[in-house]
Amino acid sequence: MQRLRRSWERHWYAWAMVGPVVVVIAVLVLYPLLYGLFLSFTDANEANVAKNIGANHIPATFHLVGLHNYWQVLSGADGHFYPRLVWTIVWTVGCVAFTYGIGVGLAVLLNRPIRGKIFYRLALILPWAVPNFIGVYAWRLMLNGQYGVFNRIIGLVGIPGQAWLDGETAQKVAVIIVNVWLGVPFMVVALLGGLQSIPAELHEAGEMDGASPWQRFRSITLPSLRPVSSTVILLGTIWTFNMFNVIYLLLGQNTTGSTDILVTYGYNLVFNGVANYSMGSTYGIVVLLILLGFSIFYGRRQLKEEQL
Amino acid sequence: MTARKRSRNSRGPGASAALHLTLAVASLCAVFPVLWLLYLSFGPSGAWASPGQVLSHGTLGNYADVLFRSDFPKWFLNTVIIAGGTTAVGVFLAATTGYAVSRMRFPGRRPLMWSFLITQMFPMIVLIVPLYRLMTDLGLLDSFPGMILVYSTISVPFCAWMLKGYFDTIPVSLDEAGQMDGLTPFGTFYRIVLPLARPGLAVTAFFNFMTAWAEVAYASQFLSADHFTLAVGIGTFAEAQRPDWALMTAAAVIITIPAAVVYLLVQRHMVSGLVAGGTKS
Repeated sequence: MQRLRRSWERHWYAWAMVGPVVVVIAVLVLYPLLYGLFLSFTDANEANVAKNIGANHIPATFHLVGLHNYWQVLSGADGHFYPRLVWTIVWTVGCVAFTYGIGVGLAVLLNRPIRGKIFYRLALILPWAVPNFIGVYAWRLMLNGQYGVFNRIIGLVGIPGQAWLDGETAQKVAVIIVNVWLGVPFMVVALLGGLQSIPAELHEAGEMDGASPWQRFRSITLPSLRPVSSTVILLGTIWTFNMFNVIYLLLGQNTTGSTDILVTYGYNLVFNGVANYSMGSTYGIVVLLILLGFSIFYGRRQLKEEQL
Repeated sequence: MTARKRSRNSRGPGASAALHLTLAVASLCAVFPVLWLLYLSFGPSGAWASPGQVLSHGTLGNYADVLFRSDFPKWFLNTVIIAGGTTAVGVFLAATTGYAVSRMRFPGRRPLMWSFLITQMFPMIVLIVPLYRLMTDLGLLDSFPGMILVYSTISVPFCAWMLKGYFDTIPVSLDEAGQMDGLTPFGTFYRIVLPLARPGLAVTAFFNFMTAWAEVAYASQFLSADHFTLAVGIGTFAEAQRPDWALMTAAAVIITIPAAVVYLLVQRHMVSGLVAGGTKS
């Protein structure tokens, strides 16, 4: 008791400052999460949850079904999980690799002394300043296979036009293009900051030793960028894995379903047709577990490399 | 010999041209879709398919239609209220929390930091159904305060983490000096640290604002037509039986302007703010 009081006296400032956040997060994130977890163990759907029709209250009639939903998903019995998972991984790896690669390249170029730097920086970061659903709609008009301007532009450099928003493969390429366009600015900004914190002496020393620009990039720039890189890659992976707007809005009702990632598939389970709350929640929990597993694995490996 | 003497910071005309060319092409790719929307917004409704029409039939009619003959003004007002509220609540929560975890070693600090990181990973589909029910029970469904709270929970964990990194770069000796002069920890935070952290706060504000300005999934399920935000409302132009792309483009341009203005105001601080958060975590 004594200890508790002393602890309170010493730390009440800190607790008062984090208090509001803790309350908000507990009510609006933790509680819903636990409730979602609960739903994933039931067979709740639109037909059996509690509802009010007029003045009549109809009580819920759904049951606990244990791990049945998880078994349905993980054994592949629902027929959708593994195809969606494979595409989600391709989508995430593809988007993160392109955004990071392009981001590093542009950041290195922008970090050099160059005339008109401010102009280039403003232009390159512009897609970030535009709300992403606007960017997605702009691309939707541009990518139209018959009339869109995108085919005319790539036609100028000799690439044949495609019906970007129709075929399965074309749709997949299209969503990746749009997401890379949206994602590069964040990478450029973050990596540019990382580059600016590399001391110039390192590069000078490398030059003294006769290292070529490419060698300097590989053995000075990239290693120095590692702390920033690991953060932006982790964030980029999580954000892309959970990206909703691009997939959901680019194709509209035109989608073949083949571009649905786990998150949008789960969303459709809940909000299209007969709402399947339990399966939607199961997909959500599975996505969360995948991301947690990835982050722990990634964090461990990153840490080990830094300790070496 | 001359090539070797050339320092890292000077380069031949060929390299310079290549550098400018690459950056110019990349900039063009980044800017083009936005400019294209702007261009199309002055044309008739078929302009996206035959862009030449914009030049021959240029008009401001789309803007007039959007502003005076659609629900756009209502959506705009709704979004300003929600985004403004999210910014105020989000910056307040993120700043106090970020400061506490940056300066004070208190029991529960580490679990709190971890929970922020993990919250980033929550897919909205696992939260959206329970949140819907919770909001109904609290009477907050289809209301502005409800949306503001939901958006704050999306943005605050990341912002608190980012601001923590920013506060870490402000020397602790300044806090100590303040406390010597008799300021309470709240006073130190409010009078000394916050004014110094303005760049970080600006980025946080921008991030909160954009979260609310551009969110689609929650808004399209939680709000009814009267409370639509722009992100949902503009979808009604695009998803209708006969999509009206002319109205959509004009609306898109108007929506982008406030976001771009806020962005221009804070972009100066963007690099420092983000990286402080990124590297120090």
